[in-house]
Formats: sequence, structure tokens, C-alpha cells
Amino acid sequence: MNMQAVKTQSAVPVPLATGEVLRLPTPKPSFVRAKLIPAAKDVAAKLIPPIVMIGLLLIVWQILCSKPGATLPSPTKIWTEAYDLIVDPFFIAGPQDIGLGWRVLTSLQRVAIGYGFAAVIGILLGTLVGQSVWAMRGLDPIFQILRTISPLAWLPISLAAFRDSQPSAIFVIFITAVWPIIINTAVGIRNIPQDYRNVAAVLRLNHLEFFVKVMIPSAAPYIFTGLRIGIGLSWLAIVAAEMLTGGVGIGFFIWDAWNSSRLSDIVIALVYIGGVGFVLDRIVAGLATIVTRGTSAN
Amino acid sequence: MPTYPYLKIDHVDKSFKRGSTETEVLKDITLGIEQGEYVSIIGHSGCGKSTLLNLVAGLLPVSAGCVLLENKEVNEPGPDRAVVFQNHSLLPWLTVYANVKLAVDKVFGGVKSRQERHDWVMHNLDLVQMAHAKDKRPAEISGGMKQRVGLARALAMEPKVLLLDEPFGALDALTRAHLQDSVMAIHSKLGNTVMMITHDVDEAVLLSDRIVMMTNGPAARIGEILDVPLARPRKRLQLAADATYLKCRQRVLEFLYERHHFVEAA
Repeated sequence: MNMQAVKTQSAVPVPLATGEVLRLPTPKPSFVRAKLIPAAKDVAAKLIPPIVMIGLLLIVWQILCSKPGATLPSPTKIWTEAYDLIVDPFFIAGPQDIGLGWRVLTSLQRVAIGYGFAAVIGILLGTLVGQSVWAMRGLDPIFQILRTISPLAWLPISLAAFRDSQPSAIFVIFITAVWPIIINTAVGIRNIPQDYRNVAAVLRLNHLEFFVKVMIPSAAPYIFTGLRIGIGLSWLAIVAAEMLTGGVGIGFFIWDAWNSSRLSDIVIALVYIGGVGFVLDRIVAGLATIVTRGTSAN
Repeated sequence: MPTYPYLKIDHVDKSFKRGSTETEVLKDITLGIEQGEYVSIIGHSGCGKSTLLNLVAGLLPVSAGCVLLENKEVNEPGPDRAVVFQNHSLLPWLTVYANVKLAVDKVFGGVKSRQERHDWVMHNLDLVQMAHAKDKRPAEISGGMKQRVGLARALAMEPKVLLLDEPFGALDALTRAHLQDSVMAIHSKLGNTVMMITHDVDEAVLLSDRIVMMTNGPAARIGEILDVPLARPRKRLQLAADATYLKCRQRVLEFLYERHHFVEAA
């Protein structure tokens, strides 16, 4: 068999080519082109669809309600009739003639107090029910019955107990919001993995340390679910409660407007209520994502 | 005064009651572990080896008999018997550093200053080569790294006995080998007393001074105790062809697969 030898050449040093590296000017993208335009496109992609939909709805509404004999006001009619309410939420023209912003703030204050109590007591009771089998057996049936009672059904009882409309409204908020917080917290506490309990046992964490360092963070996603349902329910309940108790809140404003046939004002109040409810929900949801960061991921 | 082993498991029975039915898991377990000794407990799954570890950890109460550490009975969990759990059990909302710090603060809160505690946390993270990831959360690191942090947390408690509950069970083979080497290095450096649960024969022979082989449950007993007379430090590659190593391995395999082969539950 013939093997073909590969002819190798002895290496001859090749003179190194010398050259200079030319630094070409890199065109720096302008701030507008690099950041502003993509950001604007992003915002537009999110904002344009809802704006178009709202516009369409307003047009349909306008067409439906501009017929003669329409029972509800059309958007243009609302604009002219309730102009002062729309453009300035914070005017004060008299004891019962104030901007909707003030009324919403009054309602929010009641919600804040009632909801605050509900959050604290709900988390504590939920922890008790979640942690202790006997507390659960004793309290859970009571909770399950009480939570089905409509918030407004509590109003006469609380009016009789407190003999004043302000604490009664706050109590109604409390009793509305507290159940989902209790129940979700209890579920969260019951779902704490045995592993975490073992770690706490080996470290000999005392009850308070266990509560603060293991229970609350571990149950946080559940607790925040309860808190979010709770804030939604409170905002639903305050409007109804204020209709009955009177005062300055947004609920009473609607009732008052209905009694004096100011339908346009009611529509504006509804927009306020919806907007505030949406913002409240977003705030609690935002808090939840900040607090439970890393908790659910395992 | 008669001498007693450092950790003594003395005629321990364990049974679980559920309603009127009582299942006997462990029957008459007696075992002594000397200070600085590395003992593995091996057996088929379901034989109650994890239960035995939980009894020593104090996470479960014994039904009869007792567990003695330095001749004192232990019946509740405590940092003197730190556990490295199979699934790491790090708190996911705390960073790697904070997970170890929680243990250090609890155990040395009254003894060491803030700076000393910080240094001690970092020292233990260094020991398991995890100092670089101190600000990461458990979700951001790999399974092997989590197990390292779990080990650091246990070591940081300066336990009298280190309890390892299948610490490498959930890891891939390469990571497991790497971590076994780390544990061997730490054991030779610190001289910990270790009780390890495993179902991996090679792991048991490589790491242990003695291997405790459990019979199948229910009412599992200690079937046989094997001394592993291999000199330390041990090198994985050299041992692969070592006669003593192979003989020990053979003994464990025979025990597990001939005399007490795993009976599938019908």
C-alpha cells in the first residue's frame, strides 16, 4: 500500500503587517430615537384601545339618549348640567354644596378606619383559626354564618349599638371586610409548609418570632388576597351605608341627587366611585407584589 | 463512672397512631455514636430512617426508650442537633445571608456582638463556598447551592450533632459528588459528629465511619452495622478501585438487595 506523504513546508517567518486601527465614529442614537419613541409607542399601545372603546361607548350612549323621551341624560347633557362637578372636584360653596373630591375623601376616611380595623383583627383572628384546631372548630362555623349576612343588614344593629351614624358606617365597613381577610389568612397559615415549622422548631423560635418571621411572610400571598377582596367589598359597602346614614359622603350625595332628580350628578358620582375603587384595588395589589416578592417562588 | 457514647439512641420504639390503628415504624433501635464520628443510616425507602432522624432531632416524640446526647435526654428540637433537610427548607423570602443570619441571631443573640455575628455568618457561607451569593434569594440559586446554604445554616448553629436527612437526594450526580467532597472537607476540618440518612450505597461508603443498615419496615430494626476502615482523607477516584472500599460496598449491597430486598407494597 502506498502512503502519500504530505509535503510539509518549513515555516518562513512572515513579516507582520503593521496597521493602525481606524476608529470609526459610532453614530450615537439620539435620546428621542432611542428612548422616547419606543416608550411613547408602548404607552400608545396600552392607551389607545381603551380610549377608542370609551369613545365608542359614549357615542352609542349619546345616540340612545338623545331621542326625545329618553329617561336618562346623554353625555352632552351631563356635561352641561354637571359642569361644575366635573371641572372642580374641590370647591366649597356651602355646607352641603361641595365638590365630589371632598365627598370621596370623607368616604375614604371612613373606609380607612373600618378597613384598618378589619385588616388588623382579621389577620390576628385568621392566624388563630389557622393555627389552632380548636379555635377553628369553635369559630369557623360562626364565621361561615356571619359572613353571608349582607353588610346593610348590620346597619340597624350598629345604629342601635353606637347611637350615631359615623361609627355605624365604620362598623359596617369593618364587618364587611373582615371575613375574607380572616378566611384567607387562616388558609394561608394552614398552608405553611411543615419544613418551615421544622426549621422554626430546630431554631427554637418563640411564638412572636415565629409569627413575625415565618407565619406572616409565608402566608402573605393569601393574606393579600383577603385584603384585596376586603378593600373591594368595603368600597361597595360604604356607598350603600352612606345612603342610609346620611352625612357628607359620596353615597349620600347619590341619594340626595336622586331625591332632587339630578340624574347627571349621579352619573358623575358613579364615575368617581368606579375610579376610586379601581385605584384602591391597584394600591393593595401593588403593595402585595412589593411585600410578597420572592415568597411564592420556591 | 461507666463511659457512654456521645449520642445514644437507647431502645427506641416509634409507632404512629391513626384512630384505632397503630403502625409500628421502628422497633428497639439502639445505637451509639462517638464524638466526631460520621455515621450513615441506610435502608430502603419507607423503612423509617427519616423517622429515626426526626426522633434524634426531637421533631417527633419517641414511643418508648430515649435519645441521650452527652448523657442528657433530648425530647424537643434544638440548635444543638441542627438538621439539613432533604429539600433545603430555606425561607424563600429571605436572602441567603438572612437565612443563615436568622439561625445565628437566634443561637448567638446574647453571646456574640452584631459584628461577630455578621462575621460568623460570612465565615460559614465561606465554608460552603456560597459567600458570593449572599444577597440572592433561594429561588435565584441552583438546587446544589440551596443545599450548601442549608448546610451553612446548620453549621452556623455549632451543633453537637449534625443531622443530614438525605441531603443530596434531590441533586444530580455531578452536583452530588461535588457536595459530598465539600462535606468531607468540612467534616475533616471541623470534626463534627454527623448522622446522615441516605439511600445511596456509594455515598454511605465514601463518607461514613460506620454504616447502619436498617431492615424493612414495618417495625424496622437495625440489621447490621458495618465499619468502614478507610483512611481519611478519602479520594473518590482512588477509592473506586480500592479493595476495602469495594468490599464494604459489596456488603451493603448484599444486605440491601439479597437479605432485605425491597418488598413492593401490594
